[in-house]
Amino acid sequence: MFDWLANPNRFNRITNKIQPILLLASLITIILGLYFGLYDSPKDYQQGHAVRIMYVHVPSAWLASGLYLLLAISSIFYIVWKHPLADLMSRSTAPIGALFSLLTLATGSLWGKPMWGTWWVWDARLTSMLILFFFYLGYILLSNAFERKIDGSKSAAVLAIVGIINLPIIKFSVDWWHTLHQPSSLLKFDGPTIDGQMLLPLVLMIIGFCSFASYIIILNVKTKLIEKKCEALILKLNLNEISNIR
Amino acid sequence: MKPKYRRLVIITLIIIILGIATQLILMALKDNIIYFYSPNDLKLKYGETKNIKNKIRIGGLVLEDSVIIENNKTTFIITDRSHQIKVYFDGSLPDLFREGQGIIAEGTFIKNNLIASQVLAKHDENYMPPEVAEALKKNGVWQGDIKQ
Repeated sequence: MFDWLANPNRFNRITNKIQPILLLASLITIILGLYFGLYDSPKDYQQGHAVRIMYVHVPSAWLASGLYLLLAISSIFYIVWKHPLADLMSRSTAPIGALFSLLTLATGSLWGKPMWGTWWVWDARLTSMLILFFFYLGYILLSNAFERKIDGSKSAAVLAIVGIINLPIIKFSVDWWHTLHQPSSLLKFDGPTIDGQMLLPLVLMIIGFCSFASYIIILNVKTKLIEKKCEALILKLNLNEISNIR
Repeated sequence: MKPKYRRLVIITLIIIILGIATQLILMALKDNIIYFYSPNDLKLKYGETKNIKNKIRIGGLVLEDSVIIENNKTTFIITDRSHQIKVYFDGSLPDLFREGQGIIAEGTFIKNNLIASQVLAKHDENYMPPEVAEALKKNGVWQGDIKQ
């Protein structure tokens, strides 16, 4: 089944159809989400207007961890099945994930100062999120650190797999230990503890961020596929020249 | 066994072993990972000690009618509804600080009192517009302040 997915031509064919849908969906939902989130939703009884930071913070945080799962899974496919497309997938995902984890940390910090009274604390949730950001950076650096690209791909993939351990820690840190960060409001057994009027922009933004990230990652993979083709062509031309000279 | 299945098995084993190792490390470091103690935790951990040398953080609710503010110096009581600790604090309080609010105070524990150097407000996972909060309070089903 994965061999079926790993064919670059098929990948291009399928994603050509999906991409416009993703772009359209993200545009519509983000515009609507921003309208509801920034304008047409009530302020919070405690946080006032600072609650609106949540509409960027929570989708970013979900994406940061979700994309890491994607990065790790495609790294497993690369290590086990050695599909080149899986490597391209990981390499395309890492910078986007890093960006969203940075956004999570930055927006969280902006919210923390007025609400908690501090920009940063070393509690379990904040620290594990920072570690996730470092795993992304580590992946990006390691995958580009070797002369032969394939060495970078392999070692970075192993790093990505090791980092899976961090994901449950991020998710459950707020339940396992006393943290300053509040527990999850959305994924709860007895339903979300967010008012419906605030839930709407949040859900819109989550859908919008997810489709936007998917769109960008697919675009990245396609670009890398074209680069690869170019490199192969240049190599071929060089070889021809050499043989001509001889 | 085909090489790719061997790689799959090795990776699965690596993940399992790393998982167990991390679990053990986290269990061993539990005391360092938790961000604050509740007054009850503190009692369980330190017993009847009156002084604790290292900086500690205590979290709980600000007891109703316990806050006294005099020229920027604040005194209040942190409670977890079973034990209480008196806190002295000289500095600016976060906006969310008020009676019944969950807070975390960091400082040194001297003679059963906490001399705080920093007070942080804890926010819970409930988000609602002011009108809804009012309605809940009116109907007596309010539980935002005691849950933390």
